[in-house]
Parts: sequence; structure tokens; C-alpha cells
Amino acid sequence: MAQNIAVKVDDLTVAYNYKPVLWDIDLEIPEGVLMAIVGPNGAGKSTLIKAILGILPPIAGSVTIYGKPYKKQRALVAYVPQKGSVDWDFPTTALDVVMMGTYGSLGWIKRPRQKEKKAALEALEKVGMLAFKNRQISQLSGGQQQRIFLARALVQNASIYFMDEPFQGVDATTEIAIINILKELRKAGKTVIVVHHDLQTVPEYFDWVTFLNVKKIATGPVKDIFNDDNLTKTYGINYKVSIQE
Amino acid sequence: MNLNEYFSLVFSDYTLRTITLGTAILGAVCGMLGSFAVLRKQSLLGDAISHAALPGIAIAFLITGAKDSNTLLIGALVSGLIGTFWIKGITTKTHLKSDTALGLILSLFFGFGMLLLTFIQKQPNANQAGLDKYLFGQAATLVESDVWLMAIVTGLCLVVILLFWKEFKMLLFDPDYTKTLGFNTRIIDILITSFIVLAIVLGLQTVGVVLMSAMLLAPAAAARQWTNSLGTMVILAAFFSAFSGVFGTAISASQNNLSTGPVIVLVASVFVLFSFIFSPSRGLLFRHIRFIKNRRDLEQHKTLAFMYHIAKTHDTISHPHTIKILNNFQGFTRGTLQKLVKKNYVELDGNMWSLTEEGFKTASNLYNQQNNE
Ligand SMILES: Nc1ncnc2c1ncn2[C@@H]1O[C@H](COP(=O)(O)OP(=O)(O)OP(=O)(O)O)[C@@H](O)[C@H]1O
Ligand SMILES: [Mg+2]
Repeated sequence: MAQNIAVKVDDLTVAYNYKPVLWDIDLEIPEGVLMAIVGPNGAGKSTLIKAILGILPPIAGSVTIYGKPYKKQRALVAYVPQKGSVDWDFPTTALDVVMMGTYGSLGWIKRPRQKEKKAALEALEKVGMLAFKNRQISQLSGGQQQRIFLARALVQNASIYFMDEPFQGVDATTEIAIINILKELRKAGKTVIVVHHDLQTVPEYFDWVTFLNVKKIATGPVKDIFNDDNLTKTYGINYKVSIQE
Repeated sequence: MNLNEYFSLVFSDYTLRTITLGTAILGAVCGMLGSFAVLRKQSLLGDAISHAALPGIAIAFLITGAKDSNTLLIGALVSGLIGTFWIKGITTKTHLKSDTALGLILSLFFGFGMLLLTFIQKQPNANQAGLDKYLFGQAATLVESDVWLMAIVTGLCLVVILLFWKEFKMLLFDPDYTKTLGFNTRIIDILITSFIVLAIVLGLQTVGVVLMSAMLLAPAAAARQWTNSLGTMVILAAFFSAFSGVFGTAISASQNNLSTGPVIVLVASVFVLFSFIFSPSRGLLFRHIRFIKNRRDLEQHKTLAFMYHIAKTHDTISHPHTIKILNNFQGFTRGTLQKLVKKNYVELDGNMWSLTEEGFKTASNLYNQQNNE
């Protein structure tokens, strides 16, 4: 598979204060993969995504999306932030949040219309949240909020999806529902990059993986590089995960 | 003059009409912008900006010797803006927490402003009287040109809010995401902050630097209690704030021109208090009532389930049992039993009880529900 390079990261270094939290990252993500980013807490996984998406300015390095700078390729990229990054007590409804996914293509000032609303409703349907469209977002469970964020990204109808821990705090049913949507995206030729914590499910869910701990430890097909050696290098301790299938 | 007289004069008396209009318009713009400040968790920013405006007023007076509000408010605007940029600068350049930066700028500017004010008051120049109205506000000094200025700024603010509604809403909810969609969040941020600074400066004459931030925050906090829609919240906050402005000014005018700021803020606080207690969905009162009701329902359900277990062991549902058995069950009270009788779930016969058909069915439903969850 993997011919085109969807995302290319060169020598990326990012720091919040003076201590770099990402150091000299080189990364090539081929088109059409479903990739997990794994690493311990504080490894810089969220930071990597934020730097790729231009939310954080890097100290050095560059990012290209299909060979062009990210700024020119925004329309191709969708983002699912970590759920805890927003205040869910904000006075708005589930549908309203999902509609935000259409704001990028609308641009400044223009209001969403029937067409945008229809797209949002379809996305809600896809994540099984249509019945909750008028629900105030604080009255949704954690898993439901996660689905809303996913729906908002789906509305963007992008080619590349970055998701920060979409499985955080969701139950088994929701996890299966979400992974099925991700697999569908891959089937449609999209590239999906997911920060993931559950190492047990990596071989089952993903075909590509990146090990990250401040530096990039390894990146490649799960079947080739998802092994105890890389896990130990990433997590520091002698990691044994039973990945025999 | 009492309140009734005041309000009956509002339409005929030019001065009162000016003051009333002014405070209403000021309230409206403060309420709208206050909603944004509250939702951005920037409550302290307004406080810092208003305090930072004080030295500007004093310096403008020292330089020009003028006492007209327009000159002084330009001074306030300049020093308010300087304070705001310093705060932003401190938080981005150093690693101080933003509340530290706010507190720092607030006390620095306010302290300096008070120093200047004291200095001015020591001057032999008779002109100085009246500057201290900027501390606690004096709506009676509003003149028509002030009201025009407020109206223009409020109109502009309204247009900007309507135009950039979706951008504002998204920035308030999720700034990082807004950035990834290609919106320049700095521009949106500067737009909101500039209008907050403008509104604060315009309010200084009426409310004063000390309490100006309450005029922004209190109505917005009250409005949040009544609605889950941003649009409604902004409108409600504008309404609460306008009402507080008009009513507070009326009270102060009918009480020998008390400083208007504290009275307006007190009226706004009544809105807050009322809202936090009586709002149907978020208020303390209804939350407590719901809690009690839920607990009662739960007690009834538990008692019913217990009876169901006993009744199940007999071949007829209506087989009578002694009430004494129920005493073994924790949480049982006579009151609960009476309620169950009233609901027609249970029949009483002296010291004996039996489940009705309906009670048995309800109980078995409850039981199944619990086991399925
Ligand atoms: N806003 C911030 N200011 C300063 N340091 C930060 C900030 N955000 C993150 N960091 C630091 O950067 C490092 C990487 O953080 P990041 O959130 O990218 O980790 P992560 O891999 O996503 O962790 P987790 O699994 O807990 O989500 C951590 O050491 C963290 O303390
Ligand atoms: Mg993270």
C-alpha cells in the first residue's frame, strides 16, 4: 500500500518553556494508514499533533501536508482535540458543536445554512448521536461528548484526521463504534492518526504505529515494529505485552 | 424625590431622560460583553482594565487641565489599553500565571492612579473637585454627548457581534480548534478585548473604576443560570445589566445622589442572588427540591421492591402481611407506606398490608429494570 506521503515532519523541535518536549522529530505518514501514536504520559503526543496543526509554534523544523505547508492545506485536515481541553459547561447544544466543523469551509462572517445543518445531522447520525442533537452539551456523558467531537471532525470531510485520545473514558460499546468509524475512514482512503493509550489493542485496531517519547523511537507498520524492544525503549521499563495473534 | 417621582419625570425631564438612556445603553453593552468575559473565564481581566484606567484619567487632567469627560476618558482608554497589553505581554513572555499578572497590573496602576489623585487634590486649583467621581461613579454627571458616544460604541459592538457571531462562539468554546480551521484567533481575541476595554472606559463615569468589572460580570453570571443558549444568555445579560443601571441610578438619585456605582452593582447582585437560588435548572433551590424528591421516590421504590419480594413467595398477591415485617427493612417509614397507599400500590387493613395488582406490576418492572442495568 503506502505510496503517497500524507504528512511529513522534518526536524521538528517544540518547547513550552526552555526544556524541549519534542526533540528533532522526523516522521513520514503514508497516505491511507490508520496510525497509532503511543508513548507514556507527558511524552509529547498531544504536543506533536498541536505542532503539526500549527496550534503551537515550533522552535525548529517544518511540517508539510501532501508536499505543501500546512497553512495551504488546512481544508484537508480535521482535528479531534483531547476531550478535557474544553469547558463542557459552555451554553450550547450538541448540534451546534458539530456545526462548528463546517465553519472552516464557510470562512469569516458567512453563516451556516441548511446545507451545513444537513451535513452536521448526518455526522451526528453516523456517530449514533442524532437523538441527542438538541441536548445541552454538559448533559452528555463523557463517551457521548467524545462522539460529538468525532462528529465535528467528520463534518469537515477531510483527508487526514488527527485525533487526541478519542477512546479516553469511553465504554466498550462506544470504543467499538468509534473504531468502526475510523476503519471506515481508512477504507475510504483517508489517513487517520490517533493518540492511543491501550497498547493491547494496537495490533487489532491499527496498521501503522509511531513510538514517541520526546524523541521519535520508531515508526512503521505494526506488524514489523510493534515489539517488546520498541515498547521497552519508549516506556523505559522492561515492557512485555502479549501481542502474539 | 422618591422613586415614583423619579420615574414619572424620566419622560418629561431632559436631564433624567439623558441619564436613564445612558445607563440603559451602558448596561446593555456591558451585559453583552460581560457574557463573553465570563465564558472565557476572564473575569479578572475586566477588573484589571478598569483599575488600570485610573492613572490615565489623572494624567489627562494634569496635562490638559480639562474636566470634560471626553478628554479624561481618552486618558482612561490609553492607560487601560497599556495595562491590557502589559498583562498579555507578561503572561506570554514570562511564565507567571495570568492571575498573577492581572493582580500585579491592577494594583500597580490603581496605586499609581490613587497617588496622582491625591496629588491633584492637594493642588490649590479649585478645578479638581469631581475627579473622584471616577472612583465610584456619578451618573448624574452624564450629558447628552456622553450618551451619544455610548450609543455609537454600543451600536458598533452590536454589529460586530452579529457579524462575527459564529467566530466568537467557536473561539469561546474551543480556541485551539478555531485555529486549526484557519481563523486568526488573535484578531478575534483583539476584537473582543478592545470592545471590553471600550465598554469599561465608557462606564467609568457612571460606575467608577472600583466596581466597573462587577457591571460586566454580575449580569452575565446571572443570565447564565437561566439558559443553555449563548444567544439568549447575551440578550438576558444585556437586559439585566440595563435594568440594574437604570434602577440603580434611580435609587441613587432619589437618595441624595449617592455614588451610582455601588447602588447599580447592588441591584445587579440581587439579580445574581435571585438567579443562583431560583433558576429552574441550575438554581440551588430547585436542585435541592429535586434531590429531596428523588430521595423520596427512591425510598418508595425500595419499600415497594421489598414488599414485592415478600409477596412473591405467596401464591396470591393480595395475601395480607403484617406491617411489623416492614420494620426489619431499613429506611421504611409510615409516611412511605401512606404514599404507596395513596398511589394505589398497597392496601391496608388494620395492621396488615397487601400489594395491589398495580403495585405488584410496578414493583416487578422496577425489579427487572434494576437487574438489567
Ligand atoms: N501548556 C503547557 N505549558 C507548559 N508545559 C506543557 C504544557 N502542555 C504540556 N506541557 C508539557 O509538555 C510535555 C508533553 O505534554 P503533552 O501534553 O504533549 O504529553 P502527552 O504525551 O499528550 O501526555 P498525555 O498522555 O498525558 O496526554 C509534558 O512534560 C508537559 O508537562
Ligand atoms: Mg495528551
